[in-house]
Amino acid sequence: MTLIRAEGLVKTYRSGEVEVQAVKGVDFAIEAKSFVSFVGPSGSGKSTLLNMIGCLDHPTGGKLSVLDRDVSTLDRRAAAEFRGGHIGFVFQDFNLIPVLTVYENIEYPLIMVQDWPEQKRRKQITRLLEAVDMSAQANKRPDQISGGQKQRVAVARALATNAELVLADEPTANLDHDTAYRIIKLMKKMRDEFGTTFVFSTHDPKIIGEAELIFTVEDGHLHQGSSHTGAGHA
Amino acid sequence: MLNVLKIALRNLARFGRRTLLTSTLITLGILSVLLFVAIAGSFKAMMIGQFTDAVLGHLEVHRRGYVASIDTLPLNLNMRPAMVEKVEEVLKKFDGIEAYSKRVKLGAMFSNFTETTSARVNGVDPEQEVATTPLLRGRVIEGIKNGVLLKPGEILIPTLLARGMNVKVGDMVVLVATNRDGSVNGKTFTVRGTMEGITGPSGRDAYIHINDARDLLRLKEPEVSEFAIRLKNPGQLDQIYAQLSQELSAVAGGGGTAGAGDKAGGAGKGPGGGGLEVHTWAALSPFSSLANMIDLLTVFVKIMLVSIVLVSVMNVMMMAVYERIREIGTISAIGTPPGRILSLFLTEGLLLGVGGTVLGTVISLAVIYGLNVWKITFNFGQQKGLVLSPAIGMADVAIIAGMVVLMALLASLQPAWKASRMDPVRALGHV
Repeated sequence: MTLIRAEGLVKTYRSGEVEVQAVKGVDFAIEAKSFVSFVGPSGSGKSTLLNMIGCLDHPTGGKLSVLDRDVSTLDRRAAAEFRGGHIGFVFQDFNLIPVLTVYENIEYPLIMVQDWPEQKRRKQITRLLEAVDMSAQANKRPDQISGGQKQRVAVARALATNAELVLADEPTANLDHDTAYRIIKLMKKMRDEFGTTFVFSTHDPKIIGEAELIFTVEDGHLHQGSSHTGAGHA
Repeated sequence: MLNVLKIALRNLARFGRRTLLTSTLITLGILSVLLFVAIAGSFKAMMIGQFTDAVLGHLEVHRRGYVASIDTLPLNLNMRPAMVEKVEEVLKKFDGIEAYSKRVKLGAMFSNFTETTSARVNGVDPEQEVATTPLLRGRVIEGIKNGVLLKPGEILIPTLLARGMNVKVGDMVVLVATNRDGSVNGKTFTVRGTMEGITGPSGRDAYIHINDARDLLRLKEPEVSEFAIRLKNPGQLDQIYAQLSQELSAVAGGGGTAGAGDKAGGAGKGPGGGGLEVHTWAALSPFSSLANMIDLLTVFVKIMLVSIVLVSVMNVMMMAVYERIREIGTISAIGTPPGRILSLFLTEGLLLGVGGTVLGTVISLAVIYGLNVWKITFNFGQQKGLVLSPAIGMADVAIIAGMVVLMALLASLQPAWKASRMDPVRALGHV
């Protein structure tokens, strides 16, 4: 089943008189439950692509459907609703809410985005904490845990609402190599365990190899690369 | 909603010092305003009490046109017995009226046998007058303070007149008055006491017995210049004023033909028609302007409080939004509806307002209670040791507190709206 389909996708930014085409008419399709990486140097258009897939940004041209829904024309409220219902996010800087504990950060989308009853929430969070091996840190605040642990929490938060798709923009950029590798492995494990599609961007060649499908982004153009499995870590 | 409240509380706690400062500012604002309202209100009530209880009464009834020409104390606008009787019938019907006093007012020449000056004189029934203006006796500085206020043949004179004419308690003086027919009559009086003067009409009048006034004026019938009325509950002033005006409008101008030169008899339109007018103390006393100024000042102080709350909460909430742009981007990206982001920031502003208001109100009520326990006294003219009794109605507290909370909410609206409309991509990229 195709989860994401893009046809002639274009994104142009305007800054006064200047127009910059960040994505130049790309076509791609991503199947459900796949583990996909967008690879390329900074400024190549990876984040722009992820933002459009995540309904954070609108394409300027072309077609983009996610979960069989045309997301290119969603307004602010509909886009938020769609993200809240189907998409999880993992950020480069973890972006955990500092006033909340690990447990509460994972709980946040369940109470602020969706409205899960407490018992169901507790069960889900406990399951996720165990899955990302953060049960022992459940009551700690983000400033009391390491970068790798923060990213584990971020992965758990992304999966909290049973999202079909998790988008991770440079999820390992702020982590050392070993931690980065463990996070990628964790994401893959989550994909296997929860059947969630993971799409992440990176320019770290050492973790690219973990992706099953690689799209190379260069100057707004997209090239589909070969699939690898577990070849990236020594 | 409970979760929004919980997160909002934690966000406020995260910036504890700033939250504390803003809450303290609101608390101090509330404290100042409630104390000001309580003390100014108490002062105003006490001042009003001084005028109503020592001179004017709460309401006065006159023949139409009397007040307009009160400087000349026109005898031709006195109420004749038939009208007096009808007015008394009406007054007795009102449960809210505690007492009333009939007065005959006149202008006279005051002589100590060597010098002469002009004086305004109230002829009163001592018992009725004391019942209507219970603080009148307290204005007596020298002389006989106990027993009846006045006996026939006695006069109470204002201190200034006594000093100016070098008259002492027990001295004989003469009052000479022009009668309605133009003739002149004189009568001797013994000075029973000297009185403190009070600003405003009748505040520097001398007092004689009403029968002496009628003798002096050679009134063949028991005429009355005015009725002074004391209410059981001054809070019912407006209500009783309106009812009394309506009732007296039904009183025909009978007896209004007070004699030659009578210009107003029987005119029966407007408040207190039928040739009668009802006036509240405020319409008769210049202090009502001062009371209005106190009210205006109170409004001004409230506006200042609102401004303080508005500026401080808006400042804090704008800072909160600016400092948390990336966080707003995150919660927006993970799908938090714009309305919920709006409610989160509104709740933070609301909590700031509510926290400061509750604290300020509690402290204010405690201070007001303390002031009443400590009984702070002050002097007002000859009235010594007046106790300041600050009091504030729950309605005032509710209005001020509600106003502050509403302002806190309004002040948060713009920053909260901005947060809810923030583009998540830009917010996430904010450095």
